Amino acid sequence: MSAESAQGRGRAAARFDVDGLLADRGTRIVVCCGAGGVGKTTTAAAMGVRAAEAGRDAVVITVDPARRLAQSMGLRELDNTPRPVELPETGRGAVPGSLHAMMLDMKRTFDEIVEAHADPERARQILANPFYQSLSSSFSGTQEYMAMEKLGQLRESGDWDLIIVDTPPSRSALDFLDAPERLGRFLDSRLIRILGAPPATGAFRVLGAGVGMVTGVIAKIVGAQVLKDVQSFVAAFDAVFGGFQERAERTYRLLQERGTGFVVVAAPEDDALREAEFFIERLRDDRMPLAGIVLNRVHRTAVPDLPEQAATAAAAELDRLGDHALAAAALRLHAEQARVQDREQWLMDRLAAAHPEVPAAEVPARPEDVHDLVGLAEIGRALGEG
Amino acid sequence: MSARDRDRDAVRLHVVTGKGGTGKTTVAASLALALASGGRTVLLVEVEGRQGVARLFGTGPLPYEEREIAAPFEGGRVRALAADAESALLEYLEMFYGMRRAGQVLTRFGAVDFATTIAPGMRDVLLTGKATEAVRRRTGERRRSRDSDTGRHVYDAVVMDAPPTGRIAQFLNVNAEVAGLARVGPIRHHADKVMATIRSAQTAVHFVTVLEEMPAQETLDGIGEIRAAGLNVGSIVVNMVRPPFFPDPVLGSVAEGRFDTDALVRGLKAAGFEDAEETARGLAREVGEHALRVAGESAIRARLDVLDLPRLQLPLLSGGVGPDALHVLAGRLREQGV
Repeated sequence: MSAESAQGRGRAAARFDVDGLLADRGTRIVVCCGAGGVGKTTTAAAMGVRAAEAGRDAVVITVDPARRLAQSMGLRELDNTPRPVELPETGRGAVPGSLHAMMLDMKRTFDEIVEAHADPERARQILANPFYQSLSSSFSGTQEYMAMEKLGQLRESGDWDLIIVDTPPSRSALDFLDAPERLGRFLDSRLIRILGAPPATGAFRVLGAGVGMVTGVIAKIVGAQVLKDVQSFVAAFDAVFGGFQERAERTYRLLQERGTGFVVVAAPEDDALREAEFFIERLRDDRMPLAGIVLNRVHRTAVPDLPEQAATAAAAELDRLGDHALAAAALRLHAEQARVQDREQWLMDRLAAAHPEVPAAEVPARPEDVHDLVGLAEIGRALGEG
Repeated sequence: MSARDRDRDAVRLHVVTGKGGTGKTTVAASLALALASGGRTVLLVEVEGRQGVARLFGTGPLPYEEREIAAPFEGGRVRALAADAESALLEYLEMFYGMRRAGQVLTRFGAVDFATTIAPGMRDVLLTGKATEAVRRRTGERRRSRDSDTGRHVYDAVVMDAPPTGRIAQFLNVNAEVAGLARVGPIRHHADKVMATIRSAQTAVHFVTVLEEMPAQETLDGIGEIRAAGLNVGSIVVNMVRPPFFPDPVLGSVAEGRFDTDALVRGLKAAGFEDAEETARGLAREVGEHALRVAGESAIRARLDVLDLPRLQLPLLSGGVGPDALHVLAGRLREQGV
């Protein structure tokens, strides 16, 4: 470790002005993305509180938050309706804006789309189909599709001044962006046309002999009954898909516009920062507006000019002298924290060097977890001071 | 004999889960190394397509192929496999139906894409299927009859770097998933066979956590779900444990706001610090935050104690985790009876 890195902040990227983003009336959507376990939901919630303090009327959409965090915002269950969050007064009196929060119920969102786009008889058929029931409750991409759908709905309702979305903690959290494309690929796939087409009509004739084999193999593997469920589902769902895909595409384009800011959330750990780089590159490839990166749980020692080695040496000296056990232990604790800080700084410098164009805000690590609105407001303040 | 000693003999599929950021992959890799020591052969399976195992061991991306990745210090072999659903499906078709060409046709028609990304549960059936097949596999078997009970097991143990805690019960309980769809047929038969292994005493689900509120809560929830699904919980692995810097009474009085800053100043002066007072103030703040954190950690330990499960501990490595560190962690697991 060098004394320089213990003191300086390295080659830090530009500061991410979170307050500026949230206070700007032109900002209508903020999307938080990042790997699981980096405090993404906490960041989204804290930005909601901060935005309300800046006079915005914000809604936070979260996906499966930790129980206590949900409770801190007054959320008791999955519920597709934004609920008002009672904000405590700040030092400057009542909060000028407002905050609502909502936990996404993906199955209900899916059901609502079906009901909105299909006639009642067809909707009933779809909702009762076993294949649909699995698809809507457990298909690995459903959360992403539904988060996208809900975002589109809230944005189009025009009721919200600022929508903050906490994306699902999926393997690749930006599956969110793939939703329209994957849906399109699914719709356009030859398989779907084969499955959806009644026998001996168009698709079958065009595609020729391979088709019998394909359906035969599928029937053999999954069983004829599953194939039948899938076929009737596809036939009934055709109408719904169109509307769904159209909306997904509209939302995708909306995300690219001014007024949207993507926030990549990370922690100064190797894996989390590698994921963050992946997100940064992915957003750039999709031409999505990246507002900045939030680095959560950054450790800072309280004695910045005492490097690890000096602290360790001083502790050893006290051991030799004897009779100063408390000071020696405090120095060892400091040495450990300085080591952690140096490593984190090295990791953050690496990111800043690779992506100097991405502004970053740092949120200090807290000795205790956040589980109330006061804690969220503190994080919000730290974000603002970034 | 402790529960852990029994584990080493009876459990052959170690499923390692944990909330994101708790070091699940690191623990899975260290566990594989620890289990392989003493001349055993262990397979480490990754199922999330993140190539986290390759990164930890400092190798290039792993293919869909079981290949040697590390040798423990005390003998033994660890092989690694990055399982993906599409390759597993093609292998499954070939292995059980001899349908190599059909697999290619299906790929061309987008059926593989369909089955692995769209059809619910299929992905999980295929991935758990691959891991349980490796558990059952014996030497000298012909491909078509892998489940005969002659011959030695190819792997003494299989360690799976599994999906995170929030999804683990759903992932392992593939049978329930598939049963809703396929009441009969080959996929159902396959899922039943997978479940027979996963439900047996051969399989244990280990939960990796750190001493923080949310990961611990997810661990408690996840254990409840795994038990409700009728599966076996193995150990709780408490990862990234910090060393105790102070005796408990010191931290107790710090937490109550009583801290002997004078003693600290005297010590710092003795060690030759010129700005002893100012440094002492900073250090006192660090000790105060440390005391808060330790208090939070003991509260979490107490909540985990209620579960009465075997507990393993691994230290925080402040220099990060690389291949050498994995051997250190594996050593710690061995010391604790793995």
